[in-house]
Order: sequence, then structure tokens, then C-alpha cells
Amino acid sequence: MIWRGYSLLALLLASLASGQEKGAILFATHCAPCHGAKGDGGRGSNLAVPKLPRAADDTALSNIVTLGIPGTQMPGTRMTSAENRDLVDYVRALGLTVPAAVEGDPARGETLFNGKGGCRGCHSLGPDLSDIGVRRSISYLRKSLTDPEAEVPESFAVYRRIILMPDNFLMVHVVTAEGRAVTGFRLNEDTFTIQLRDFDGRIYSFDKSELKDLQKLWGKSPMPSYSGVFSDSELTDVVAYLASLRGER
Amino acid sequence: MKLALLFAIVLPAAAQIPYERIRDAAHEPANWLTYSGNYSGHRFSPLRRITPANVARLHPAWLYQTNDLNQFEVSPIVADGVMYISEPPSNAAALDLATGRPFWTYRRAIPSDVHVCCGQVNRGVAVLGERVYLGTLDAHLIALDARTGRVLWDVPVADYKTGYSITAAPLAVKDKIVIGVSGGEYGIRGFIDAYDAQTGKRAWRFWTVPGPGEPGHETWLGETWKTGSAAAWVTGSFDAALNLIYWATGNPGPDYDGNVRPGDNLYSDSLLALDADSGQRRWHFQFTPHDTHDWDANHVPVLFDAEYAGKPRRLIGNANRNGFYYLLDRRTGEFLAGRAYARQNWAKGLDANGRPVMLPGTEPVPAGVVIYPGIHGATNWASSSYSPQTRLLYVAAREEGNTFYRATAEYKPGNYYSAGGMRGIPGVEPSGSVKAIDPLTGQQRWEFPLHTPPWGGLVSTAGGLVFGGTADGYVFALDAANGKPLWRFNAGAPVLSNPISYEFRGKQYFAIAAGRVLFTFTLD
Repeated sequence: MIWRGYSLLALLLASLASGQEKGAILFATHCAPCHGAKGDGGRGSNLAVPKLPRAADDTALSNIVTLGIPGTQMPGTRMTSAENRDLVDYVRALGLTVPAAVEGDPARGETLFNGKGGCRGCHSLGPDLSDIGVRRSISYLRKSLTDPEAEVPESFAVYRRIILMPDNFLMVHVVTAEGRAVTGFRLNEDTFTIQLRDFDGRIYSFDKSELKDLQKLWGKSPMPSYSGVFSDSELTDVVAYLASLRGER
Repeated sequence: MKLALLFAIVLPAAAQIPYERIRDAAHEPANWLTYSGNYSGHRFSPLRRITPANVARLHPAWLYQTNDLNQFEVSPIVADGVMYISEPPSNAAALDLATGRPFWTYRRAIPSDVHVCCGQVNRGVAVLGERVYLGTLDAHLIALDARTGRVLWDVPVADYKTGYSITAAPLAVKDKIVIGVSGGEYGIRGFIDAYDAQTGKRAWRFWTVPGPGEPGHETWLGETWKTGSAAAWVTGSFDAALNLIYWATGNPGPDYDGNVRPGDNLYSDSLLALDADSGQRRWHFQFTPHDTHDWDANHVPVLFDAEYAGKPRRLIGNANRNGFYYLLDRRTGEFLAGRAYARQNWAKGLDANGRPVMLPGTEPVPAGVVIYPGIHGATNWASSSYSPQTRLLYVAAREEGNTFYRATAEYKPGNYYSAGGMRGIPGVEPSGSVKAIDPLTGQQRWEFPLHTPPWGGLVSTAGGLVFGGTADGYVFALDAANGKPLWRFNAGAPVLSNPISYEFRGKQYFAIAAGRVLFTFTLD
């Protein structure tokens, strides 16, 4: 009885809620865990931007909400068309907020990125950072520098209906029948074979039945922590540089 | 005259598939006359030309490509030189077995407002007499002339605007065409229908959610039976001697919020034994009472005879989406044995009547609860295969859990009505396997690991092989005795279909759809 009273109240509130309020509730439930409460990014990309790189228009955004983005951590959802519309409107409205000014000196950050940090070498093969400023929030970027293994990408979309390995740079260690050991990023894996790229950029293809050992290093990243390498102000500058990378080449 | 003669030789005669030929399908192993190859749901081919010794030489014979982006989930029918297929969304074609080129195609315009949870798909046609039968996404059943593909009759089975659709292959039984409806995520009231094959007139209907005054109605609160779902979206089996049709049902509606529908919610997640002539229920067995995890029991029931506890018994085996294997007496529905065959963390086990003993804290809650198997189950609609030769049941098993969460939903006709959902479990990469199970005990004999949870079914053969396909894009052959992989082919797209085997001009073929392509393979 109590429950029924509550449900009636919830129903009444839901029916009174405007489209924007409904969108906010949907966002908090489905999106905020990855995209952040304000939509400014976390594990998921920053949605509080005027132009979403993956969704040129509302139809494209609506499709992403329904289908997810294959190969990424973005899953599909099952919503009614009205819910989908409310959510799309809400996400679009996020892009109207003026982003806070970024602290730090991006030019100095770039110098540190290429010099002292030695970041460029690995990131020419590892995760592409050319538009990372659009995809991730300031706090996420800083966390990635100080604790790289805090959030290693996962991505196993439940409704995956096409073959596409998640772009998650899973580290894999294999030992061949001859005893040769190779460690690298997984590029593809299926029931019978696995393909990987080592840290020097060489690619390999193995038949799994011919491997003596195959280890998947879940949660591991080859990236070192920069908390003892960069000073606090240097970290701020590197983050400012990363935040300036917006896919404009 | 000469030309006419040539024509007659090249083009096969129109299908003449009386009921008796389907009933006695084992007598003509070259053909594949019904969805599962025989009425017993075995998906077993008595052909033996392809063997563990020569399967490594298997190569593509021809490919048939659909023109539709939806999943190609067909299980073909093969009869007298012609392959009859359905294609997404609700099309059909008759293909030349020699070349894979179409003799005819039937294309149906599907309204833009059809409601399907999981893709605009179709799993196959039925053939009876000189006709091909197809269920459609707009919930019609149609009869096509097997010679031309022309429509002979077209009857509405249900109103698609309220969430009904048809994705299953019909089952031709005697003079009737039996079909079940899809729509379990739309708050439909499920049913199984039989139509006169000749006229399209409905012969009987069995409501899978009982109405007022009917037995089982008491398992629903108030008006909840009206949106109780229990869809019947996978083809059933048939025992001619008992004159019983075995057909399984899906989840109760709404899927995840059980609070609004207290009770067992009959006949959701159940197996029904229906009289083939009247549609009357002889018995039922419910696998997952009061389901809140979307564990449809929509599998092809596997009928087999064996000695059990010292007596010859007519049995029925089912590796269920809920993670348990069940052995039942198919005359009475009596539960004989059962055990978990895949990872599960929701039940302590099954009691003496086969009812699951649920563990506390396993129901979906708003914050989410991690449960194995996940929403797609320990296996799904893709068929298992029973080999009377090895006496093993081969199951495409899924190793995938989910975080289930509960929400509230308001029923509106034609709207998605699930009251919750699920997410993947962070840090856990789902996988799968082909499992060989002793169907008398549910014990595993061997297992072949798959990188991804499978969506494709299996066919076993008297040649000693198990054929199947992976969600990561391979088709394969395993040794039926020990699961050793003997052949594989990268088809380049996930397999979401049921394979078959047939013979044409002295060669055995294996056929399976992957991506948008139907592949046929044979030896030199």
C-alpha cells in the first residue's frame, strides 16, 4: 500500500515534469555515471561542448543514444522515442553552457609533453590524443597523468552486433611455442587468433592454439605515473595543452 | 521440344512436401524439410560424407547476399533441389541449390511503425504441400506458391501497432501451420496460433497468458495478465505419436519489475504441450516462475527417447536461458532431472519438482545487481543440436553476466515496456563455449571455448561433426566426440543464425548465414 502510494506520487511527478526535467532524470540515470553529473566528461567524453564530434545533428545523437558507438565504451540503450527525444534535448542544452577557463600555459605544456614527459613517442602508437580536449574533462586528464591505471578503458557493449574490438589498448603478453615472448596492445582477438602491436610498432598475428601462454593484463597501462615527474604547475600546463587539443590539425 | 525438355530437367519440379515427408524426414537425409531438420528439434543431419578425416578440405560452394542491413537469422529449408529462405525484414526467396541464384523472391513492404525489440529479423519459412509459409514483422502469416513466390493468402495474426510481430519460422503440422508471436518487451498478451494450411482460416489459438476463468489466471494480479507478454517467438517441436506440439514461451511483462505482477505469472518462461488438433494444453512446465531477468524459455524443445531409471521413456531436454538444463517426461511434463550447465548465481538449485530455489538479493533493484546469466542468458534462441549417434546435446553457451536494474514503466500500447534494464559488468570480458551435455544428467562431457558469447546455433551430423558459428565471425567444425576444432573459415561477420546440412548431386553441404551472407560449403 505504501509502495502504491509512492508509485502514484512518482507517476504524478513524472507526468508533471517538463521534457527538460525528464531529460535531466534520464541523464542522471543513464549518462552521468560515465559522462559526469554535469556532462563535462569522465570515463565518457565531455558532452558540454557546442559541437559533439560524433553527432553532427540531433538525429545522429538520437541514433547514438539508441545504438551506442561500436568499438567504444558507449553502450546502446532501450528508451521510448519520447525519452530519447528528451535526452537528446537535454544533452544539446549542455553544450550551451560556457566552459570554465582552463588554467595553465598550453605552450609550456606542449614543450613538457614532447620533452621532459616523453609522451609523444608512446602516443604516436598508443591512444590518439589529437582531440582529447573535446573528449575528456580537465579533472579526468589530470587524473590520467597522475594515476594512469585509475580508469583503463573497458567497453564491452552489451548489444554488440558487429565485429569490432574495443579501442581499449588492452595489454597482452604472449609466449610462442618456441618460447618467444611478446608484449603489446591487442588489435584484434577472436576464437582462433589474436593480433597485437608491440611498443615499437611491430604487428603480430598468432594462432591461439600455437601459443604456450596468453595473458590479458586487465587494468594495466604501460603509461607511468607523472606525479613525481612533473611538478604541480607543470601538470597544470600539460593538462592545459591536452585541453587545447581539439581535433584541429 | 528439346528446349522444353531441358527446361524441365534444369528447373526442379514444384515442391511436393506432404506432411508425411516432414514426419519421416529421417528417411530423406538429403533434404532439410522443417526448421530443426525433424519434428524432434534435433538439428541433426544423418549425412556422413563430411567426416573428421576430410572436413579440413571444406570450402565455399556459393554465397547468397541479402540486400538488407538487418541481421540475417535464417535457418533454410531444402527440398528437392530448392532452398527456401527468409530474409530480413520479412522477405522470402527460393534458391537454386546448384548455383545459389534465386528462382523467385517475395518482398514485403514493412510499415515504419512496427515494434521489434531486437532487430527487424526473420528466422525462416515452413514448407508444406506446394506452399511456403512466412510470418511477418507486421504480424501476418502468409502462404506463398512454392513455384512462383506469389501470395496465395495473407492473414493478420495480431495488430502490430500494439507491439506484436512475428520473427519465428512457422511449423507445418499435418494440415495446419502453427506460429507464435513476438513482442515480449511491449506488454503484449502472448499466444500460439494454428491456421488451416489451405485456407488460412484460424483453427485454434492458445493464449500463453490465461484469461479470467482459465487455469493459471490466478498467477496474475488484477489486470496485469493483459500485458503479461509470454511471447512465443521460437519455433516448437512435435511428437506425431502423442499428437503434441511443444512450444516454449518468453518473459512476463514488464521484464524487470516483478513488483507490479506478483505471482508465478503463468505461462511465461514455460514449455507448453498442446494438442495439435485442438490447441488445448496437455501440460506445462515453468522454468523460471516470476521471472525478473528476461530469461525467456524460447528454445527449440529437444525430443528424444532413452532408458531413464531403468525404463524406456519419451523425454524432452532443454538447456535453458536461466542457466539450468532440464530433463522432462514429454508425455506428462514430469520433471526428472536438472542441473546448472553454465555460470549462474541466482538460484541455490532446483527442488524435487524442478522449481528453482532462489537466492536472496538476486532481483533487480534501482541501483543494480550483478547476476549470471545476464539478460541474454546462458544460451538464447539459437538452436542446440542433439545427435542420436553420440547421444549428446550440443549447446552454444554464453558466459556473460549483467548488472540488472529495476525502474518503473507505464504501459502504453506499442511502447517499450520493460521497467528497467541492464549494463555490462565493468572489467569482465564476456565469452562463451560449445558444450556437449549428457542429456540424461545435464553433465558436461566436453567444452570448446569461444572468444565471444555465441548467437549462432549448432548442427551435428552422422559424419561425427558439430558445425556452428561464432559472434566473432568464424564458422567452424568440431569433432562431435571430443570437441576438437577441425576446420574453420573466417566469414568476416557475426553468426546469428542456425546452420543446416543437406545433400545435392552427391555432395554434402553445410549452410550457415553470417553477417548479410548465406554461405554454403562442400568438399571437392
